[in-house]
Amino acid sequence: MNFFHRSPHTNEMDEELRSHMQLRADDLERSGLDRAQAERQARIEFGGRERYKEECYEAMGSHFFETLMQDIRFALRVLRKSPGFTFAAIVTLALAIGANAVVFGILDSLLLRPLNVPQWDSLWGTMYAQNSVWQSYPNYIDLRDRNHSFEDLAAFNMVFVGLDTGKDPSVFNGYATSGNFFDVLRIQPYLGKFFHASDEHGRNSAPYVVLSYGYWHSRFHEDRSVIGKVVGLNKHPFTIIGVAPPSFQGTLMFISPDFYMPIVNEEQVNTEGMLSARGNDRAVFEAMGHLKPGVTPAQAVADVNAVGAYLERTYPKEVARGTTSLAHEGLTSFGPDLKGFLAGLMVLAGLILLAACANLGSLFAAHAGDRSREVALRLALGSSRRRILRQLLTEAMLISLAGGGAGLWASVVLLSRINTWRPFPGTAVQIPVSPDARLYVVALLLALLSGFLFGIVPVRQVLRANPYEVVKAGSSRRLGRRMTLRDVLLVIQIAICAVLVTSSLVAVRGLVRSLHGNYGIDPKNTMLANINLAMAGYSIDQVSAMQKSMIDALESIPGVEHAGLVNGYPPLVYTAGSRENVFKAETSDLRNSNAVANPYRYEISPGYFAAAGTSVLAGRTFDWHDDKDAPPVALVNRDFAGKMFGSVDHAVGSFYKLVDGRRVQVVGVVEDGKYQNITQDQQPAMFLPFMQSPASASFLIVRSHRDPEQLAAAMRTKLHQLDSGLPVDPKTWNELLAVVQFPSRVATMSLGVMGMMGAMLSVTGIFGMAAYAVSKRLRELGIRVALGAQRTQVLQAVLGRTVKLLAVGSGIGLLLGILATKVLAYIVYQATPRDPLVLSGVVLAMALLGLVATWIPAQRALSVDPMMLLREE
Amino acid sequence: MTDQAQLLPGTLDLLILKAVSLGPLHGYGVLLRIGQITNSALMIEQGALYPALFRLVRQGLLKASWGVSDNNRRAKFYELTAAGRKRFREETEGWNRLATAMTTALAAQAEEI
Repeated sequence: MNFFHRSPHTNEMDEELRSHMQLRADDLERSGLDRAQAERQARIEFGGRERYKEECYEAMGSHFFETLMQDIRFALRVLRKSPGFTFAAIVTLALAIGANAVVFGILDSLLLRPLNVPQWDSLWGTMYAQNSVWQSYPNYIDLRDRNHSFEDLAAFNMVFVGLDTGKDPSVFNGYATSGNFFDVLRIQPYLGKFFHASDEHGRNSAPYVVLSYGYWHSRFHEDRSVIGKVVGLNKHPFTIIGVAPPSFQGTLMFISPDFYMPIVNEEQVNTEGMLSARGNDRAVFEAMGHLKPGVTPAQAVADVNAVGAYLERTYPKEVARGTTSLAHEGLTSFGPDLKGFLAGLMVLAGLILLAACANLGSLFAAHAGDRSREVALRLALGSSRRRILRQLLTEAMLISLAGGGAGLWASVVLLSRINTWRPFPGTAVQIPVSPDARLYVVALLLALLSGFLFGIVPVRQVLRANPYEVVKAGSSRRLGRRMTLRDVLLVIQIAICAVLVTSSLVAVRGLVRSLHGNYGIDPKNTMLANINLAMAGYSIDQVSAMQKSMIDALESIPGVEHAGLVNGYPPLVYTAGSRENVFKAETSDLRNSNAVANPYRYEISPGYFAAAGTSVLAGRTFDWHDDKDAPPVALVNRDFAGKMFGSVDHAVGSFYKLVDGRRVQVVGVVEDGKYQNITQDQQPAMFLPFMQSPASASFLIVRSHRDPEQLAAAMRTKLHQLDSGLPVDPKTWNELLAVVQFPSRVATMSLGVMGMMGAMLSVTGIFGMAAYAVSKRLRELGIRVALGAQRTQVLQAVLGRTVKLLAVGSGIGLLLGILATKVLAYIVYQATPRDPLVLSGVVLAMALLGLVATWIPAQRALSVDPMMLLREE
Repeated sequence: MTDQAQLLPGTLDLLILKAVSLGPLHGYGVLLRIGQITNSALMIEQGALYPALFRLVRQGLLKASWGVSDNNRRAKFYELTAAGRKRFREETEGWNRLATAMTTALAAQAEEI
């Protein structure tokens, strides 16, 4: 063992004892023995050298570190002697601690680490789409000026802009921020300067842009002369005035912007008039500010809601009802869900570690049992029990540290992969996780804790060991009823694994159900292209004509069956969705409380339903005559029809009222669908003709059985024939669905991995138990076979107990799992354990696991050759 | 060998102090000296000497230094420190008192009571 240098003490002691024996040998030689004999005699007379050395150490005042080194050297020797055991133990722990480290690393990065801005703890903001009362720009201005809680209030909106820096123009994402944004966040520029509230002088008065450090680095290669340069944002000239510091990547965890521009200029790159409309809930994404000293978050929430109530009273038509809560910036409305999910995952990971400890505990107990002879010998030779326990714990700690180290290493690798992973290619979505000191400390603590947990399992065994009996009887007896502790451990372990298997099956079922649910669209064989005509410099009067020519152009592509268009975003894309109050046709007071429903609103072209694959249940769809001059008409979904008119049949031909006061006639009813995300309950939706409310940002939808790549190329060619300056990047609907399916997929994947790990642990646990039982009873089995036992009898004798424990453990685990799915329902869509498929799946899985795990031991038991065994002993 | 007496607990330390008080000795020398001064009446397993030596060094009663033995072997030599000399005197007195008391007690005859 050259792992540790021996200390000078040890060397000196060795030398002294050797010198003693040589002096003695010299004397013996003088008395007539030859040298070899004399040395042998001297050694015998000296007595138990190792024991005396150990006593010397104690006499010297038990140097903790020295003893530790001794123990470690010894432990390494022991572990090296049983590499299979060591390997299994380290791998088990590496998996369990790795799982915990990964989950903790994510939790740490996303929940425990605040946004990287000064005094983050007093910075509070609204959450996107959270029942907001005031996410329009005029409402933000009112809130900013009327609240008494914030020192100052900043706002931002996300914008996707065609940015022309002289090279090829492409789409980048940025923040349109209030002028006070950087001052509210207390951030200083890295280069140049920021814009301020004093730069805002009404609409389109501040054509400045601040670059993010990352964008400046990748696009301009840190060229300092970009300050003062004029770039085109959707063809409008903006001056680069500064670069943000590298530590600041916006106020959202998952998306870091490429640039920042003043919100007063947002209409140049987004919808005309969006800042002045009080009802436009897409003008402000979130607002935030530092609370005044002494103001509690609860007081601030009350204050904000008071302003909300004032706005609702003052502008009953435009301001939708709702209450707002505040949160630290970063996670927006994902916060609560994410917290629940990660906490749930952490619990499962903890369970895995517990199962691993139970697993290793019983392995260790078996290992210690096998070594009872050695332990007894050491006790008989004068070693203290404390010393032996210390030795066993050292072994456990070595294993747990090795396993913990391996697990930590793997988790760091995985975390950095997640950090650089872009779940949706072509978007700025990221998952910023990085290991920090806290992760290392937690992993170390977990390793020590689990080492201690499974290290103390054999303690009782050692304390009770009676050296004389063990030495007399040998170690191969001692079996039968005496393994109760290990039985309990195995049951615990199997129960935990069954819980994990149950959860993962429930999650997988939930995912399958939500993936194959009816979305009200048919995403197969579609191709979508996001076209913002404002980016190509079209005015709002020109867009309808251009959009119609685009649809015509796409329809002329060979193989295209249908083509259509929807303003803004289609359903289930980027969790976008805008809703609006609707009223009975006879209602004249269009205040919030009189609204019948708050449906999603889509503005669509005539071919949309055919292209989207939405079936029409009654009435007609739009045609090209439903334009600006035609009477207002609408299609609604079944849910809307039921809520407003009582039934589908009553709906067609009836009228209702929009929030702007227009009376609309329903001309058709379409099937229900999902709109904002796949897990939401059924919601009402209405579809209006796109030519009656023109918008420059839209999605073109094409349905075709052609190869997606060829189709995309054809679409690009066709659209560039109309306008070569249009950025066109077609994607399939399924690709875009990945975004809304992402949470479910991630949840299912992580639960699936947990379930797999649980299954693996139970396999190793059962295998260990069964293999041990077989190996310890080989002689007995040999006798049984010799006496004429049948195969089934042999199997029953040796594995009956394991199978019984497996059944008991699975039963308990299944019950617990069913209880646990109540918790799972928070994170997994449609998690229900009362699903016969899940129940039978768990039973089947556990039975299979048991079969796999006992297969090899059973084979070994069956292949017993009595003659050989009896001869051996 | 049967005429050798078992060592009473605690007496080994005193014997070592006595042996070393007569002049610096290495470990093996201590054993020889004890054998010599007790006429080999006491049985000490050779290895058992060392934990006692280390203990005495740690208590500051002995000090050790490496030197060369009579027959030219490197060995560690022990000698008394001032504290060791003091302890040796105290323990000797204590032992003498105990021995006298024990001897008197064991010699007592029935008629003397």
